[in-house]
Amino acid sequence: MTRELPLLDAQSISKFYGSRSGCEEISFQLFSGEVIAIVGESGSGKTTLLNCLSTRLMPTSGSIHYLGRDGVARNLYQMSEAERRFLMRTDWGFVHQNPSDGLRMAVSAGANVGERLMAVGERHYGSIRQTAQNWLERVEILADRIDDEPRTFSGGMRQRLQIARNLVTAPRLVFMDEPTGGLDVSVQARLLDLIKGLVNDLGLSIIIVTHDLAVARLLSDRIMVMKEGRVIEAGLTDCVLDDPQQPYTQLLVSSILKG
Amino acid sequence: MRAVSPFIISNLSKSFTMHLRGGLIIPVVERVNFSLEAGKCTVLGGPSGIGKSSILKMLYGNYKIDAGSALIKHGQEQVNIACVEPRKMLEIRKKTLGYVSQFLQTVPRISALDIVAEPLLQHGVTQKTAHERVKELFTLLNLPEKLWHLPPATFSGGEQQRVNIARGFITAHPVLLLDEPTASLDTKNRQVVVEMIEKKKQEGVALLGIFHDEDIRQSIADKIIDVSDFAPLDIVKGRSKNEDGQAA
Amino acid sequence: MNDEVGDGEVLASYNFAYLDEQTKRMIRRAILKAIAIPGYQVPFASREMPMPYGWGTGGVQVTAAIIGPEDTLKVIDQGADDTTNAVSIRAFFAKTARVKTTMQTGKATLIQTRHRIPEEALTNDQILVYQVPIPEPLRFLEPRETETRKMHGLEEYGLMHVKLYEDIAKNGHIATTYAYPVKVAGRYVMDPSPTPKFDNPKMNQCEALQLFGAGREKRIYAVPPYTNVVSLDFEDHPFEVTKFEEPCALCGSEGAYLDEVILDDKGHKMFVCSDTDYCEKQQRKKMQNLGEEAKQRAFS
Ligand SMILES: Nc1ncnc2c1ncn2[C@@H]1O[C@H](COP(=O)(O)OP(=O)(O)OP(=O)(O)O)[C@@H](O)[C@H]1O
Ligand SMILES: Nc1ncnc2c1ncn2[C@@H]1O[C@H](COP(=O)(O)OP(=O)(O)OP(=O)(O)O)[C@@H](O)[C@H]1O
Ligand SMILES: [Mg+2]
Ligand SMILES: [Mg+2]
Ligand SMILES: [Zn+2]
Repeated sequence: MTRELPLLDAQSISKFYGSRSGCEEISFQLFSGEVIAIVGESGSGKTTLLNCLSTRLMPTSGSIHYLGRDGVARNLYQMSEAERRFLMRTDWGFVHQNPSDGLRMAVSAGANVGERLMAVGERHYGSIRQTAQNWLERVEILADRIDDEPRTFSGGMRQRLQIARNLVTAPRLVFMDEPTGGLDVSVQARLLDLIKGLVNDLGLSIIIVTHDLAVARLLSDRIMVMKEGRVIEAGLTDCVLDDPQQPYTQLLVSSILKG
Repeated sequence: MRAVSPFIISNLSKSFTMHLRGGLIIPVVERVNFSLEAGKCTVLGGPSGIGKSSILKMLYGNYKIDAGSALIKHGQEQVNIACVEPRKMLEIRKKTLGYVSQFLQTVPRISALDIVAEPLLQHGVTQKTAHERVKELFTLLNLPEKLWHLPPATFSGGEQQRVNIARGFITAHPVLLLDEPTASLDTKNRQVVVEMIEKKKQEGVALLGIFHDEDIRQSIADKIIDVSDFAPLDIVKGRSKNEDGQAA
Repeated sequence: MNDEVGDGEVLASYNFAYLDEQTKRMIRRAILKAIAIPGYQVPFASREMPMPYGWGTGGVQVTAAIIGPEDTLKVIDQGADDTTNAVSIRAFFAKTARVKTTMQTGKATLIQTRHRIPEEALTNDQILVYQVPIPEPLRFLEPRETETRKMHGLEEYGLMHVKLYEDIAKNGHIATTYAYPVKVAGRYVMDPSPTPKFDNPKMNQCEALQLFGAGREKRIYAVPPYTNVVSLDFEDHPFEVTKFEEPCALCGSEGAYLDEVILDDKGHKMFVCSDTDYCEKQQRKKMQNLGEEAKQRAFS
C-alpha cells in the first residue's frame, strides 16, 4: 500500500528577527483536504509561522516540501522566485486579516476576481467576467456590484471578495491570517459559514491563524497551540479544546469560556 | 472461530490535571475493561459524575487516554485509539465510529436537512438521495415538516435532539456511541429511538450507550457495565464494596 | 533658455551637444543595454539639463548622447515642429551641436518627439527619440517600484489586462487611447509614452531605431529596428486603431491622425493633421495635382 504524501511537510521551521525569536523549531504535516488552525496569544508567532509556510517570509532555518499537482514534493525554499510566485497565484490563496492588504482597492470587484485568471493567461473578457460573476454569487455578493470598487463594500463583503479573488484559480491550499478579525459577530458567523461550505464543496486545505477558539473549533480538523514562538500542544481540534493538557492551553480555553 | 470484537477496551485510565487550580488532579476512571459485540448494545451505568461520558469521549478520540488501549476494528486493520494520529482518528470517525452526543452542535444558517445530509454527502451520496433519506428519518422521528428547511438554532431541545439523532443514525457506522440521546424526548419519540436502535442491532452495528431512562435501558441493553467498578480508589473510598481498598 | 544659449561666447564653455563626454558615454552604455533588451527599462544617472523636467529632459539627454555633427535633427511636439517646446529644443541643439535642423521627416536622421510618431514611414537610417514622462506601464495599479521590477523580471503581466478589463467594464470598450501598453519582442511590456494608440502599429517592425528617455524617472528603453511590438488586448475586444470620420480639413488626407482645432467661440471647429510636416506635404501634393489637372485641361 502506498502511503499518501502530505501536501505540505514543514520541518524545524525557525525564524529569528535579529536575535529576537519569531517562531522556533516547528514541524508538522498537512494533508490534502485538512484544515489546521494555529492559535495562541498575541505575539506568539502565528503570523510569523504562517508567513514562513507561505514563503512570504524566509525562515532562518528549516525546510518545507510542497506536493505539486504533478505528485512531486519540492522544497519551497529551493524553488526559484518565479516558481514560488506562480504557485502563490495559482495553487495557493492568501486571505489577509485586513482586506485592503489582499484586494486592489482601486479596481472593480470583477477585476479583483478576474486578476488571477488574467495572470495565468486568460484573454477572453467575456468569460473572465462570467467567471467573476459566478464567484461573486458564490460568496453572496450581488451581481450588480461587479463593477463597484471594494472601497464601497462593507468589511464582511470585502472579506468575501478577498476569498473569491483567491479561489478563482481553484487553489489547493489557502492560508488565512485572522480572516474574521475586525468583523462584528453576525458578519463573522456568515463568513465562517461561507468558508466552511467552500471547504466542504471544494476539498480545500487550509492553514488558518486565529486567536478565536470558536473559529478554530468550527473550521479546523486539527489545531496547533503556540506560545512564545513554539508549538506547545497539537492534535485534533475537539480533543485539544475539550481536554487541553498544557497549563497555557487550559488558560486559553478557560478564558474564552469566561469571555 | 470467533470474529474479532469491533472494539476492545483494556485497562483504560483517565484523570484530569487542573493546572489553573494548582495542578489539582481529578482521577476519573481506572483500568476500564470491556469489549463490544457486533449486533449488541452495551450500556454504561453508574451514578452521575462517575465517568460514563468521559469513557465515550475517550473512545471517540475527544478526550486523551492516559493509559491502556482501545482497539477498534477499522476496515481490515485494528487501530489503537489511545495513540492514533489525528488524521487517522478523523478517518475512523468518518467510516467506522459514529457518535451521538446529548446536544446538537448547531451551525448558523445551515438547515436541519443539510446538517443531517452532510455525513452522507461526505460518503459520496448524491444530494438528492441524501435528502430523501433524511426526510424519511425526520418523518420517522416526527419532526414537523415545516422545520426541515430551517436552521435548528431556534428549535426546542427535543427537536434539536431529534435532528442530532438523525445525523448520528443516518450513516452506516459499524460502531455507534450514544450519550443520552433520548434525554429530552417524550415517550412516543423515545419509542421511535428504541426501534431505531433495534434496527441498528439487526444490521450488526455494535452500540455503546448511556441511558438514564430505566425503561429504555431494559428494552435495549444486551449488557450493562457499571462504571463504578472502574472508579479510582480515592473516589469511591467510603463505599461499601471498596472498603477494603487502600485508604489514601 | 533661449537667452542662455543666445550667443557664441556663452556656448564656448559648453561641450559638444551640451553634455560632457563622460556623461554621454554613460548614457550610451544605457542605450546599448536598452537595445540589447528590447522594452526593458534601463536605469541611468539622469543629469540636470538647462530646462525643466516637463520639457523632455530624458529625450534631450538621449539625443545629446547620440547626436553627431553630420546629423540632421527634427523635433516635434504633438506632431508639430513649431510649438515652443519643439522650437526651443531644436534651437538648443542647433547652437550646442551646430547640427543642421529640418522640419521634414524624410530629411531628418534624428527625430526627437513628444506624443507622436510621424505619419511618413521611418527608414533604417533614422533614429526616433521619445520624451517619456512616466516609463512604468504597471504603475497605474502597482505603485511599488520593487514590485513592478519583479513583475517585469518574472514576466507577470496580468495587471496590464486588469487595467484593460476595467476600461471595458466602465466604457464597454477599451477606452485607453494614449500610452496604450505594448509587448515588445514577445517579452517586456512597455509604455510607448503618451503617444496616441493610433501610432502603436507604426512601432511594430519599424525600420528606425526607437529610443525612449525618461529624465525625471531616470530610465532609458529601446525598440531596435524590425522588432515585433504588439498592443495588448482581449480576444473578444481586439486592439483597434482610432478612426476619423472626416479627412483632414486642410490637406484632405484620410488615414492620418487628426487634431481638433477650435475656430471661434461659437463652437466652430475643424479636424486637421497633427503632423504638420505631413499635412503641408499633402497640401503641396494636392496643389500640384490641381495644377496638373488644370494644365491637362488647358492643353486638352
Ligand atoms: N518584522 C519583525 N521584526 C522584528 N520582530 C518581529 C517582526 N515581526 C514579528 N516580530 C516579533 O515576532 C514575534 C511574533 O510575532 P507574530 O506577528 O508572528 O505574532 P502573532 O502570533 O501573529 O501575534 P498577533 O496575534 O498579535 O497577530 C513578536 O514578538 C513580534 O514582535
Ligand atoms: N473536560 C473536563 N475537564 C475536567 N474535568 C472533567 C472534564 N470532563 C469531565 N470531567 C470530570 O470527570 C468526571 C466524570 O465526568 P463525566 O461527565 O464523565 O460523568 P458522567 O458519568 O457522564 O456523569 P453524568 O451522568 O452526570 O453525565 C467528573 O468529575 C467531571 O467533573
Ligand atoms: Mg498575527
Ligand atoms: Mg455524562
Ligand atoms: Zn492634413
